[in-house]
Amino acid sequence: MGSSRNDETGKKLGMWLFLYTEIILFGGLFVLYAVYLTLHPQAFIDGGKQLSRTFGLINTIILLISSFAVAASITAVQKKQKKRALGALAATLGCGLIFLVNKYFEWGHKIHAGIYPNSERLLDGPPGENLFFGLYYVITGLHGLHIIIGMTVLAVAMGAVAQDRIRPNRLALLENAGLYWHLVDLIWIFIFPLFYLII
Amino acid sequence: MDAATSFYETPASTRFKGIWAWLLTTDHKRIGLMYLFGILFWFLVAVCLGGLIRLELMSPGADILSPELYNSAFTLHGVIMIFLFIIPGLPAAFGNFILPMQLGTDDVFFPKLNLLSWYLYMAGGLIAITALFSDGFADTGWTFYVPFSVSTQTNVSTSVFAAFILGFSSMLTGLNFITTIHRMRSPKMGWMQIPLFSWSLYATSWVQVLATPVVSITLVLVIVERFLNIGLFDPAKGGDPILYQHLFWMYSHPAVYIMILPGMGVISEIIPVFSRKSIFGYKAIVVSSMAIAVAGSLVWAHHMYTSGMSDTAVFVFSLLTFVVAIPSAIKVFSWVSTLYKGAIQMTPPLFLSLCFVYLFSVGGLTGLVLGAAGPDIHLHDTHFVVAHFHFTMFGGTAFAFFAALHYWWPKMFGRMYGFKKAYAASFLITGGFIFHYVPMFILGIQGMPRRYYDYLPQYAQGNFLAGFGALFMIAGILLMVYNLAITFRWERNAPANPWGGVTLEWQTPSPPPLHNFEADPDVPDYPYDFTGVTDPPG
Repeated sequence: MGSSRNDETGKKLGMWLFLYTEIILFGGLFVLYAVYLTLHPQAFIDGGKQLSRTFGLINTIILLISSFAVAASITAVQKKQKKRALGALAATLGCGLIFLVNKYFEWGHKIHAGIYPNSERLLDGPPGENLFFGLYYVITGLHGLHIIIGMTVLAVAMGAVAQDRIRPNRLALLENAGLYWHLVDLIWIFIFPLFYLII
Repeated sequence: MDAATSFYETPASTRFKGIWAWLLTTDHKRIGLMYLFGILFWFLVAVCLGGLIRLELMSPGADILSPELYNSAFTLHGVIMIFLFIIPGLPAAFGNFILPMQLGTDDVFFPKLNLLSWYLYMAGGLIAITALFSDGFADTGWTFYVPFSVSTQTNVSTSVFAAFILGFSSMLTGLNFITTIHRMRSPKMGWMQIPLFSWSLYATSWVQVLATPVVSITLVLVIVERFLNIGLFDPAKGGDPILYQHLFWMYSHPAVYIMILPGMGVISEIIPVFSRKSIFGYKAIVVSSMAIAVAGSLVWAHHMYTSGMSDTAVFVFSLLTFVVAIPSAIKVFSWVSTLYKGAIQMTPPLFLSLCFVYLFSVGGLTGLVLGAAGPDIHLHDTHFVVAHFHFTMFGGTAFAFFAALHYWWPKMFGRMYGFKKAYAASFLITGGFIFHYVPMFILGIQGMPRRYYDYLPQYAQGNFLAGFGALFMIAGILLMVYNLAITFRWERNAPANPWGGVTLEWQTPSPPPLHNFEADPDVPDYPYDFTGVTDPPG
């Protein structure tokens, strides 16, 4: 009889399947994006120009750093450097928080300028622009939600590291939390060019 | 603790007693039974709703339901039957109970996740009920088509949210089963030694994992649209309502294979056992299960021939629809060939399986009528469609569910039921079924649309007949439930292997102990080798 308790490969297999479902979840939204981009290319380009590339770029760099920090924390646990692992995880959570704060200011700025779902400015403008910003809010909103979920999972993993429940031979929880965080990062890597760099 | 003590007497975590030993259990058998009772409850609720709908349609004009109530009734009937009965029915109830035993192991890979899936399932059901008592249940049909689902005043958001939660539950079950089959099978069991029910669950699980997130995001978008009015599917704001239909069916067509594949697995188990003969074409059935999972994911737009697609798209989707009929037909031929020259022993599970083969074949062939683009223009959204999918989903999946109930009942509860009442019930259900749905084919060809509470006088006769059949069918279902329920009054009397089955679940006592097997099970080289079985079953 097989047993699941010590099967780290099986736990990771389950996680990869779950990540797959997340990709499909966002995939549905990217399908919408692809169709509406084909229908309204000019409006999407105009919309992209109204987003701040600096903000987008900074957030991209922040997430890349955070992904590195998660990977570093796993290596640190493997080398039995608990303090370093905790530090790296704290850095990841910090990066996630900065990302959300940036997003808050970015959204706030847009809403202040009258660009939000069902706003008069979007309704009076070209329909393509309404779709562009509609998708912008839905996709970055859902992504932001995933950042929050990822931070929660990482915080749990951090607690487990602190209590020595994650050890070099029992890494599944931390590794799976890390995988989830990498996925959230990866999705942003697609969002960034689609919305900010589109010319 | 005696190794043979049944799982009813040994809680999965010894800390818990009484009701908590069930509500907090991680034992796949207890979770399977909790699913089973939840599923049976919802099934009976939806049967009553279906009965109400048919009673309303028995004579022209509004009789017992107002038009608004009628719309909510068929929506609720569809949502409950699809999301709370057919999708979880076989995988979550029987899959949970039987899969680990067929694989020769003691539990699923993620037992806690399994319990979470059950809670999500129950929560989804409760949320659906809440919608019913707040602003009225959605009146959109289970498809939640935009723009109506975004603009109607009924409580669509809550209903959609319930479907979202149920989708999540189904997805986690799929994830759990794939991991279980990969990592937990007995080390002695190779891929081509896995019983066919487990194989069908494997194919089903992949579809659950692959397709469910698409409907999740689609349902989320309906909620977002209702609250924020972005207009992603609203032509006035630049959106395209057809896109909604694409996204919806991209899940919901593969979902019909989530519903039917485990049913086909059950039939592939039952027919060889009662023919005392190896299944014909084991590998062909395995391959066709996986082929259905793949091809079934590529045919979604055959629901949309009249929605406004290009002729090329209609042609391609029609062709793919015909392709997906091939693996289903392979299975039907395999079952019939298994029966051929077998030492057939008639029992209630076999009787129900034979009804399945007949009804499902009718359902499948009428599906080809709809899959062809020409006739579909005429038959789209008529009662022909209603009859077709009830032949596949009810005549198919639900009959397989009944067959599974009668096949594994002695294993699950250690009690044997009376055959006479079981035959009588099956006969009533099947006879009522044919009276109920065959008139709908004819009504559909004559042009009676679906989802209307009223109709023209020329359709009165067919509708009256259909309502009449429904009464027999409901009587049969009640008799079946009664016949199974009274076994609880008896002592446990079922032997470990009442049917002479050779898959591993029959090597355990009835009901099985907590860890399923008293000793490490023998894995036969081939899962359907009946050479050692001599006793007649029953």
